Amino acid sequence: MQGFSTLLYKELLRFWKVGFQTILAPVVTALLYLLIFSHALKGRVQIYPGVSYTAFLVPGLVMMSALQNAFANSSSSLIQSKVMGNVVFLLLPPLSYPEIFLAYTTAAVIRGVIVGLGVFAVTLAFTHLPVREPLWLAAFAVLGCSILGAAGIVAGIWADKFDQLAAFQNFIIVPLTFLSGVFYSIHSLPAFWQALSRFNPFFYVIDGFRYGFFGLSDVSPWTSFGVVFGFFLALSLLTLQLLRSGYKLRF
Amino acid sequence: MTPGGDHVPAIRVQGVHKHFGSLHALRGVDLAIEQGEFFALLGPNGAGKTTLISILAGLARADEGRVEILGFDVRHDYRRARRALGVVPQELVFDPFFTVREFLTLQSGYYGLRHNEAWIEELLHHLDLTPKADTNMRNLSGGMKRRALVAQALVHKPPVIVLDEPTSGVDVELRHSLWQFIQRLNREGHTIVLTTHYLEEAQNLCTRVAMLKHGGIVALDATESLLRATQEPSLRLTLVPDRLPPSLAPRLTLQEKGVYTLSLRDYAQTEEVLRVLREAGVRVADMSVERPDLEDVFVQIMSRH
Repeated sequence: MQGFSTLLYKELLRFWKVGFQTILAPVVTALLYLLIFSHALKGRVQIYPGVSYTAFLVPGLVMMSALQNAFANSSSSLIQSKVMGNVVFLLLPPLSYPEIFLAYTTAAVIRGVIVGLGVFAVTLAFTHLPVREPLWLAAFAVLGCSILGAAGIVAGIWADKFDQLAAFQNFIIVPLTFLSGVFYSIHSLPAFWQALSRFNPFFYVIDGFRYGFFGLSDVSPWTSFGVVFGFFLALSLLTLQLLRSGYKLRF
Repeated sequence: MTPGGDHVPAIRVQGVHKHFGSLHALRGVDLAIEQGEFFALLGPNGAGKTTLISILAGLARADEGRVEILGFDVRHDYRRARRALGVVPQELVFDPFFTVREFLTLQSGYYGLRHNEAWIEELLHHLDLTPKADTNMRNLSGGMKRRALVAQALVHKPPVIVLDEPTSGVDVELRHSLWQFIQRLNREGHTIVLTTHYLEEAQNLCTRVAMLKHGGIVALDATESLLRATQEPSLRLTLVPDRLPPSLAPRLTLQEKGVYTLSLRDYAQTEEVLRVLREAGVRVADMSVERPDLEDVFVQIMSRH
């Protein structure tokens, strides 16, 4: 476990040393989204009865920021190590594959949760949110960030260059998180898009997370939990298999 | 023989092949390096030295064959194999987020060592890194980064240490202090494997040498045996008048700037050469006897294969 805890510490230290960019910047970005969308749509859209659009938006923004930063943490750490060549310092020691997987994923969860808390804290100035189901809230926050942390490992291993990683982020992660119901309820979508949204695992993450706040959601939290947990398990197995096979790491 | 015991080789390589696309980088390499040896792995660029080291370290995987560190298979028993091995990579790589001390503390942790401060301090001291211990890695000069890489390889006191061109781009002073430190580790029982393009270093330090070319071993012997077996001593003469008696012509290997280089089977033949010169009325203005060095041996072996 010493290997795991050291690698986790290193990953935390890495983003903490550049906290301005890894924590503060995403909080400011989320704040801008909130100001613009809530200003533009306030009073025009009401998704759940008795819940203002600003209040509806906050859980989605918190989760989107958390997810994107969880992904950024593991993926950018790995691609930087690969490009700089210092990934050898990870490959030479006797770290086991589960240790590497767990350390990167846990660090990603911690960064995601810190950013999420930061976003939530600044939004308190604009709206008040109930927290009806804190356990569901925590479960979806951790599981969602775990999925993105693991996806970041996969992307970081797969990408050889920064632009490939950017492509992964811009063409897969950002669309999936944007189209997951951050800004809207899928019930407001046409039938086709509504059906398609149900194949997006991030939809379940955000829907379940929102349930934690309002006790209201598009689908049952148990369904969301099942989908999200299943997805995390499948992605974890894939990530572990990549690490074990040495794909793009050990030639 | 049990893995990790006294009688297993430090490194055992059996029938290792490695391809990179159409390039056959290693063609059936067999090699055993005993515990406590100071061993040189020599060869021209592209011979496969770094590929072989990468396979030892688990950075690359052999397509075929078996590699063990102290009896531990690098693939199936990778954790114990890697714990037994320290590698100084050839590339000057570093993590720009950390200071030297942070870097070494993290590396210790990866090897499962929690309180390694005393040894880290000792490493910093011996490698003359103490004044730079709290400097960020990206602000170090090339030579300092190289020292940090050496420290990194030694942080877990590995019984087997592999140095891939540790002195390239390093000034004379560091080279000297580095080798003193590595020799001390060797005296304390650590096995040292070294690749270098400075053949003089290999000749002075290493008791045994393997030479690689095109992914295969073309010579493997004790340094002394290679020096003895491969080349004869030679005699360099400046003559007055500048004329070599015809009977000595068969011995001539080189004639340049008025210096004749004659090959000898052994040192006793010097007397015979001098006698011939005396009888021909040729006086010796300057004379030196040259022992072959590893560079001569290397050039000769490489040209044969």
